[in-house]
Amino acid sequence: MSAEVIEGVKTVGLPRLNEPAPEFEAVTTHGVLRLSDYRGRWLILFSHPADFTPVCTTEFIAFAEIYPELQRRGVDLLGLSIDSVYSHIAWIRNIEEKMGVEIPFPIIADLNKEVATLYGMIMPGESKTETSRCVFVIDPDGVLRAMIYYPLTTGRNTDEILRLIDALQTTDAHKVATPANWRPGDKVIVPPPTTTEMAEERVKAGYECVDWYLCKKEL
Amino acid sequence: MACISPDGTLTESARKMLAAVRNPTTAEEVAQSTALPLFRVRSGLRELVQAGLVVEREGRYQLTDTGRQKL
Repeated sequence: MSAEVIEGVKTVGLPRLNEPAPEFEAVTTHGVLRLSDYRGRWLILFSHPADFTPVCTTEFIAFAEIYPELQRRGVDLLGLSIDSVYSHIAWIRNIEEKMGVEIPFPIIADLNKEVATLYGMIMPGESKTETSRCVFVIDPDGVLRAMIYYPLTTGRNTDEILRLIDALQTTDAHKVATPANWRPGDKVIVPPPTTTEMAEERVKAGYECVDWYLCKKEL
Repeated sequence: MACISPDGTLTESARKMLAAVRNPTTAEEVAQSTALPLFRVRSGLRELVQAGLVVEREGRYQLTDTGRQKL
């Protein structure tokens, strides 16, 4: 991806869905990690604006709360902000001391903004010095599967992140799509037919069809 | 450095990884036997290779003589 400079901030185009997530090597609270170290596992790479700030602290506690559920689904978490590793260590120790919550996942210390730039995490219209609240879901093959962007003011909904993981893993396992507000156990959408013959067969196949293009089934 | 402290001593996770590669072993097997996350094992083994404590051949890791002395 080619970089350009907007108001003094180097940016690149946003990464694209269903393309390989940009490789990186970065200093983290768990040592130097590469994206490829996560190959074979799902990864949620997420950024926060800054350590020792209130919304980010509530988000980190919320991410720590869903961590066991994510691990059950084969998903690792990796945080990022433009802070030093010493700041990260002090902050997570503070969260544990003051709020009794252990942060079990690593955090990238992206002081040179290298990873933030690669992933388009800095929105100069919002802040030139902080990363926005971005979430990148990367699959076990290193392919970027989903992105969520929230502004500085608004904490993320970790239930939605779990729901997104469940939906993506269901899609991969059963070659189906999931409707709006889908939850595990709900009916899924059968991929639409692409020929008139398939459309005709679809209606007779016993699925729950509103019309030939919108059919659901139980898993 | 996550495996080797600034004073040259090994961290607990590094000692676990070294103990797990007495015989040629894959990163996945090390993760399983040490109960460390796979990403942490891959990163740690890379660091131990750079420090000359472990060698990697065709995806399998094994202690060097220097690594054996550190255990």
